[in-house]
Amino acid sequence: MSRSAEENIIFDGRIRMPYKWAAGETSSYFLTQLRDHAKLWGTRCSVCQVIFIPPRKNCPRCVTADTTWVELPSRGVLQTFAVIYFSEPLLQPSEPPYIYGIVKLDGADTGLTHFLGEVAPGELRSGMRMEAVFKNKEDRSGLITDLLYFRPEGGSAS
Amino acid sequence: MAQRVGIIGFGQTYHRSHRDDVNGVELINEAVRAALEDAGLTIDDIDAVVIGNMDHFEAVNYVDTWSVDGSGAWMKPLIKLTTGGTTGSTLGIAGYHHAASGLFDVVLVIGWEKNSESDTTGAIITCSDPIFDRFSFSGALPGLAVEASAYIKRYGIKEEDAARVAVRDRAHGANNPYAQLQTPVTIEEVMQSPMLSWPIKLLDICPRSDGAAAVIFAGERKARQLCSQPAWVHYTAVRHSHTYFGDVDYTRLHTLEAAVQELYHHMGIKEPLKELDVVELYQPYSFAGLKWIEAMGLCKPGESPRLIWDGVTDMGGELPFNPSGGVICTNCIGATGLLRIGEAALQVMDRAIGRQVPDVNLALATGFGGAYWSDLMLLGKKPW
Amino acid sequence: MTDIAIVGMAQTPYRRRRDDANFAELIYGVTCEALDDAGLEIGDIDNFITVSNDFWDGRTISSMAVQDACGSSFDGGRNVSTVEGDGTFGLLYGMMRILSGAYQTTLVVVHCKGSEGNMRLITNGMFDYIYTRPLGIEATGAAALQARRYMDKYKLTEEDFAHVSIKNRGNALRNPNAQLAETLSLDQVMASKPIASPLKLHDISPISDGAAAVVLAHRNVANKLGRKPVWVKGIAHCSEAHFLGDRDLAEAPALRDAAFRAYQMAGIEDPFAEIDLVELYDAYSYMEPLWFEELGFCPKGKGAELIRLGATAFDGPLPVNPSGGVLSAHAVLVAGLARVIEASLQIRGEAGERQVEGPVELALAHGINGPCGQSHCVVILGE
Repeated sequence: MSRSAEENIIFDGRIRMPYKWAAGETSSYFLTQLRDHAKLWGTRCSVCQVIFIPPRKNCPRCVTADTTWVELPSRGVLQTFAVIYFSEPLLQPSEPPYIYGIVKLDGADTGLTHFLGEVAPGELRSGMRMEAVFKNKEDRSGLITDLLYFRPEGGSAS
Repeated sequence: MAQRVGIIGFGQTYHRSHRDDVNGVELINEAVRAALEDAGLTIDDIDAVVIGNMDHFEAVNYVDTWSVDGSGAWMKPLIKLTTGGTTGSTLGIAGYHHAASGLFDVVLVIGWEKNSESDTTGAIITCSDPIFDRFSFSGALPGLAVEASAYIKRYGIKEEDAARVAVRDRAHGANNPYAQLQTPVTIEEVMQSPMLSWPIKLLDICPRSDGAAAVIFAGERKARQLCSQPAWVHYTAVRHSHTYFGDVDYTRLHTLEAAVQELYHHMGIKEPLKELDVVELYQPYSFAGLKWIEAMGLCKPGESPRLIWDGVTDMGGELPFNPSGGVICTNCIGATGLLRIGEAALQVMDRAIGRQVPDVNLALATGFGGAYWSDLMLLGKKPW
Repeated sequence: MTDIAIVGMAQTPYRRRRDDANFAELIYGVTCEALDDAGLEIGDIDNFITVSNDFWDGRTISSMAVQDACGSSFDGGRNVSTVEGDGTFGLLYGMMRILSGAYQTTLVVVHCKGSEGNMRLITNGMFDYIYTRPLGIEATGAAALQARRYMDKYKLTEEDFAHVSIKNRGNALRNPNAQLAETLSLDQVMASKPIASPLKLHDISPISDGAAAVVLAHRNVANKLGRKPVWVKGIAHCSEAHFLGDRDLAEAPALRDAAFRAYQMAGIEDPFAEIDLVELYDAYSYMEPLWFEELGFCPKGKGAELIRLGATAFDGPLPVNPSGGVLSAHAVLVAGLARVIEASLQIRGEAGERQVEGPVELALAHGINGPCGQSHCVVILGE
């Protein structure tokens, strides 16, 4: 049977579904502390002693639920960064270019992935000291983006 | 080298309609820790992890890598399988092959779902072919209603017959502290419940649940070493035949017929009603509890109401179905098939507290999903 | 060493868009070709593994689309299962089901049409929804974080990575299935459009449509077929942590672990000396040296230097991605199984114009799952 057609029809579709993701009690504590007090918290595994941020209800390595809260400073060291140039309006929170970085807060054993701001890409170096900049209190809503970005410690480098 | 395999541990969450206190990863972890505790193991004893769900219920892509913090698969072999409603049974069968292959000794298998986080029907609708099926005959309910009405027409089945199945499972669910629905219902209550899609009424059909299940499979040597009475895997059979809903013969469940025939033939089972001791049937709605037991060869087509009304499938009957309350009491979809396997294992291990069937030698667990697909796992007290 | 052999295989050409065929039609094509290649008929297959992904396919229970096409419904239906992940994981599970003694022959099929979805939305969906997804991060942004960390830790440059693209896109000129085959200069790669710095357009794999199929058989069957079997000598998989900040992205301990166990199974002690050819998952240029190092072929941080010196060139002592690799064709789930097929064709001596010089007795193929190679599968193939 010949299967060749004059044209190949392309069918437009989009799955648009509402979701309601529960953050759970542990992340809810983290997010409300961020919203209400501009504070960042990690969890320490009582067995491994590893301090994780984002916080974990159970230790991801030994799976124990015996974990405790540790308040972390909003300063740390830049592990790596990436400058985003491509544009995807369906996804991106702001117009490119913008910068992602992973910052290991002082005292934490893991890094937090977030935006970097108040800095030009050319001024960034892994190992730089960074500090968190939060949204104004009235604009904070219990999302990870209540933390606006990390900037070089001591204010803008540019 | 191929080896025999037994189930040595089972853990599940307390299934609820909403678990807002945990996110998906944390829900998974509850079942994992429960299974490890049940087997007396730590995560270090686990050689490989198998996980699955249905992606569009939570909108998480690559659930295997996303859930590592909860599953305990950090720095372990990890694989994801998903086949729709049959996901949980598919996972259990994969756990069996992981260990049976000899590549791994102790395998942790996890099925889960947080159905509260999405529109279940909205997500299921996308399983249909986007060009030919999705705009019309789609979602779980229309297909099941067609199946039920075709069955009613062909054999003169009454809606009350199906209601009796729902009454059975809800009564059984009252014995299971993990079940989402633990209150018994009456025939009248089922009959008077809101009509969803004729002949299916609200109390004929499963709820939507948040929950997770974890089952630990082990190769023979480890199973004997770690567990005084493993539930030994005797056989598995699977039929995932159809692509289009229009291809399904709604008067029969061919996939289940073919899978049980393969299993009975292989195991030498001639009179399943007598030889099997308990069945955990993936029965998403009451009419399946009639038609599908005919497909299993327990009676002739159209004769299942007699078995149901005579109490043959009740607790204390000749072949109890769904001592756990089954899918009509709990349906966290990616976990549901694995719950059937876990509950069947508890029956074989004589550890189904509050819902134990006496003297279980052989227990059959089934899975159902996709375009009328069927999975089977037979468990036994002695290795086969 | 295992008792499992690859006895048949097929893949489609990889193209930006395959408007002429839906998933089922792609799968039907590779199924027929793989069975022909094996000299088997559909009735000879007693076990099926389909590999698909609900996000890429825009369809829940994505395996439904291909059940008829792969033949799992043949003769009232056969035993079948579905893996959601890279095709190498489908191969692995197919093998397990033969090793368990349940089945003799297994058809593994995999499809992906990157053209039909939005890669950025789909890969954003693999990150946790509380802390990471709201940032809009997706596969390439995350890969750029990994590339930078790898550069900084081991004092590598963007030029080092450019040489990978030059090599692989050049190799692709010999591969009719490749989507991007071109002679690139260092200047061209370095001057290509920045996408997610340090990654530029030519550091990044294309979006592709395609499908592949492999027929696996137990020794009992494999030895009776006309074709020269390609034996699976070792196989292993492993995953590491999910949050990018939990990982040192310049390291891939999960790959190290998987490689160690695969080598152990295959009895390999010195991979560089013993393995003749490598097909690995270079979704981005930097991944090739990073994975190459973690596979134990050279010390950490030295992979780029070996590439620059030509050690992994088409005519080098250890060719890596002579097919052009994933940088030349990236039908996501298919790409790992395509590595297996390419390595197997080389062992058979049937790789056509892209057949490397000298015998290929032992080859390595590799697939990944999740962001920045969170999970790996390593396959050792041999005569």
